Amino acid sequence: MIELMNQLNFAFPYIIRAMALLSVVALGALFSERSGVVNIALEGIMIMGAFAGAWTMIIVMNNFAIPRQWNAFIGLSVGAVTGLIFSLFHAFAAIHMKSNQIISATALNFFAPAFAIFTARAVTGDRALNVRLDYSIRNIPILSDIPILGPWFFTNAYLSTFIAVFIFIVAYIVLYKTPFGLRLRSCGENPHAADSLGVNIYKIRYAGVMISGALAGLGGVMFVLSFSTRFDGAVAGFGFLSLAVLISGQWKPIRLILIAFLFALFRVVSEIPDELIGIRNLNLPQEIWRMLPFIATLVILAITSKGSAAPRAVGEPFDAGKR
Amino acid sequence: MDYVIEMIDITKEFPGIKANDCVNFKLKKQEIHALLGENGAGKSTLMSVLFGLYQADEGHIRVNGNDVHIRNPNDANDLNIGMVHQHFKLVHNFTVTENIILGSEDTKYGLLTYKEAREKIKELSERYKLRVNPDAKIEDISVGQQQRVEILKMLYRQAEILIFDEPTASLTPQEIEELMKILKGLTKEGKSIVLITHKLNEIREVADRCTILRKGKSISTVEVKGTTNEELAEMMVGRKVVFELEKTKAKPKETVLQVSNLTIKEKEGNKEVVRNVNFKARRGEILCIAGIEGNGQTELIYGLVGMLPIKEGSILLNDKELSTLSIRKRSLSGVSHIPEDRQRHGLVLDFTLENNLILQNYFTSKYHHRGFLKFDTIRDNAEKMIDRFDIRSSRGPVSLARSMSGGNQQKLILGREIDRNNDLLIAVQPTRGLDVGAIEFIHQQLIDQRDQGKAVLLVSLELDEVMNLSDRILVMYEGELVGELDPSKIDEKELGLYMAGSKRGEVS
Ligand SMILES: Nc1ncnc2c1ncn2[C@@H]1O[C@H](COP(=O)(O)OP(=O)(O)OP(=O)(O)O)[C@@H](O)[C@H]1O
Ligand SMILES: [Mg+2]
Repeated sequence: MIELMNQLNFAFPYIIRAMALLSVVALGALFSERSGVVNIALEGIMIMGAFAGAWTMIIVMNNFAIPRQWNAFIGLSVGAVTGLIFSLFHAFAAIHMKSNQIISATALNFFAPAFAIFTARAVTGDRALNVRLDYSIRNIPILSDIPILGPWFFTNAYLSTFIAVFIFIVAYIVLYKTPFGLRLRSCGENPHAADSLGVNIYKIRYAGVMISGALAGLGGVMFVLSFSTRFDGAVAGFGFLSLAVLISGQWKPIRLILIAFLFALFRVVSEIPDELIGIRNLNLPQEIWRMLPFIATLVILAITSKGSAAPRAVGEPFDAGKR
Repeated sequence: MDYVIEMIDITKEFPGIKANDCVNFKLKKQEIHALLGENGAGKSTLMSVLFGLYQADEGHIRVNGNDVHIRNPNDANDLNIGMVHQHFKLVHNFTVTENIILGSEDTKYGLLTYKEAREKIKELSERYKLRVNPDAKIEDISVGQQQRVEILKMLYRQAEILIFDEPTASLTPQEIEELMKILKGLTKEGKSIVLITHKLNEIREVADRCTILRKGKSISTVEVKGTTNEELAEMMVGRKVVFELEKTKAKPKETVLQVSNLTIKEKEGNKEVVRNVNFKARRGEILCIAGIEGNGQTELIYGLVGMLPIKEGSILLNDKELSTLSIRKRSLSGVSHIPEDRQRHGLVLDFTLENNLILQNYFTSKYHHRGFLKFDTIRDNAEKMIDRFDIRSSRGPVSLARSMSGGNQQKLILGREIDRNNDLLIAVQPTRGLDVGAIEFIHQQLIDQRDQGKAVLLVSLELDEVMNLSDRILVMYEGELVGELDPSKIDEKELGLYMAGSKRGEVS
């Protein structure tokens, strides 16, 4: 029993970390898709955000003596702004030029890793950027001592996790309690209805894509901080996984969080099976564990996509003349 | 003067067609002003200009005597102009309240004041007798209630001038009656109303004046009281319209379609929406299935043509069992179908007219050679059909179906299905939303088909149509056939009793 508790205490922070990352990026995509624009460029945007954020943090760290968490905060902010700007390419193509949304997003996905690796090599001579330092928060006074919750949420925690919680609360309120949220949701379901009531579809959709860009950029930096401490032009498929979270979560924030937890669980189980004794005793080959999150994705998608509640107008360029 | 709206010399051109050509239209305060015209005459376009959805190329608009520019619906809204569109503009998974406040939300500390809005809507719906539950989702309420939501949307924005674009096209007779009462009530409260409709009886019932459009031009504005229906129709079409159908007595021959013990379950769910239905359709007769919307007619037809699986029973077409065949095989076995939802099931809206005409037989050797389409043949066919069925459009065979008016879309489908020369012709609500000229044309075509020895199966919600066109009536109520009637022996009242389920008879 104590053994199990220890194992949970050990695994839980990892799960929370992955869950925070997945839900932030998926929440962003939720804003884009519920405004009516498909955004499969999450992976590319995350990479750009991660790249800009990691680079900024290295520069800051080498030149200024500021507390670690402040540096993390700066990195996260730069990542978010970069993601927002990068996503504008997708917004412009999809909303203004009415181009195919899958293709313009795919272009971003191709561009981002190539650009990041090329630039990193040009600047540092190495294809990776090393953030080196550990940005986790070991202990928080008082909170870490709470039984169960303390070790799970407040030990080895990351600033980004708390930011994720904050973002979730804000996102939920914006989506369901503000005029902007109401309009955003109507644009993804029936833009003609919104248009006839004087809602500016183009503005709303730009806003939707930009929010998803900012949160994906932020997610990119979260990945660097809490998963790898180095950036080598990839975010390990977290962008696409977030898309799966969004779809399995039926484009709804609360379900999305639950699904993010499930995906995070599988992800962690696949990464650290050796440390978990119960699992080691099963004696399965490593490869099976590695495949787990992807198999789980397929299975969950297959089960949940039947009653799929995708926004009705998602992926359709808005054309006021169409009756 | 005391005009609330004056539209002067409005011209609006679309590629290839002048939808409005120097149109004049004036609306008095507190009147109900009908706008009448054939399909494609430019009624919706004119009102869209007033509502700011389109910009006029020429002409100007005055509201309460002041010159105004209406560039978008927001401008119209600020001038207290509201519009209920021909196809409702509602978000299906929003609540009634959300749909109403969308675009003009009130807030407190940046958050929606949902509760206050809800109270306000309740108040409005009581004051104007527009009963609807503010918390219901749009997809769960009836078409009639959805329309009330559209009206509430305008009232919530304090509209004084209300535009209704064919509000009765998809309502049941009861709902229409209620709407007429609501319209009258609104003018008593000081509102002024523009009513676009094809139904002369409705104009007669509620409208004070009527402006007639023909081919984009305004023909005249008349007092409804001093004008007969015949005169209105003549001004609208430009020739005399025959209201009485020329129809000889039917001479039914052998059975074409034999339906036995047919039971069908609803699309999603387990309820049996068609229960143990038995009937025959014979050559040389128009058999009509009458009933109030939602009593299983739609599903019955879906079952016959293969769009819904059947649970039990058999469908024999000339002694061939259809119930296990695919939609295409049934169609090739001799079923022509004019579907209820012409835009969803009858046409590919973004295809051209000529391509829509071959949807049912592009795969036959007539239209392709070793897998390549024969464009010349397709074009010839389109030209022949345009001629024969008087299908009007801006660019002939290459017009997009989407750009055509409802009446002409329907003629396209009718032509395509009739031309296939099948033994059975199923027509579901073939005249919904059409003008009197087009209705006359389509009725005549259906009668011709009967006289050529086809079996015509008609589904209609309109009592007039049922009484005038059919040779035999089957009434459907809650999924069952509850009566077989001879239209020459009953009146509309009695038919109504059967449809409402308060009377039952025998079905042979
Ligand atoms: N957005 C558009 N693009 C191109 N053509 C159009 C457009 N809207 C309308 N038209 C054309 O303009 C003409 C007038 O159309 P409109 O919809 O105003 O007719 P209507 O009188 O409302 O007909 P109905 O009774 O069928 O509703 C038609 O020929 C139609 O095909
Ligand atoms: Mg119209």
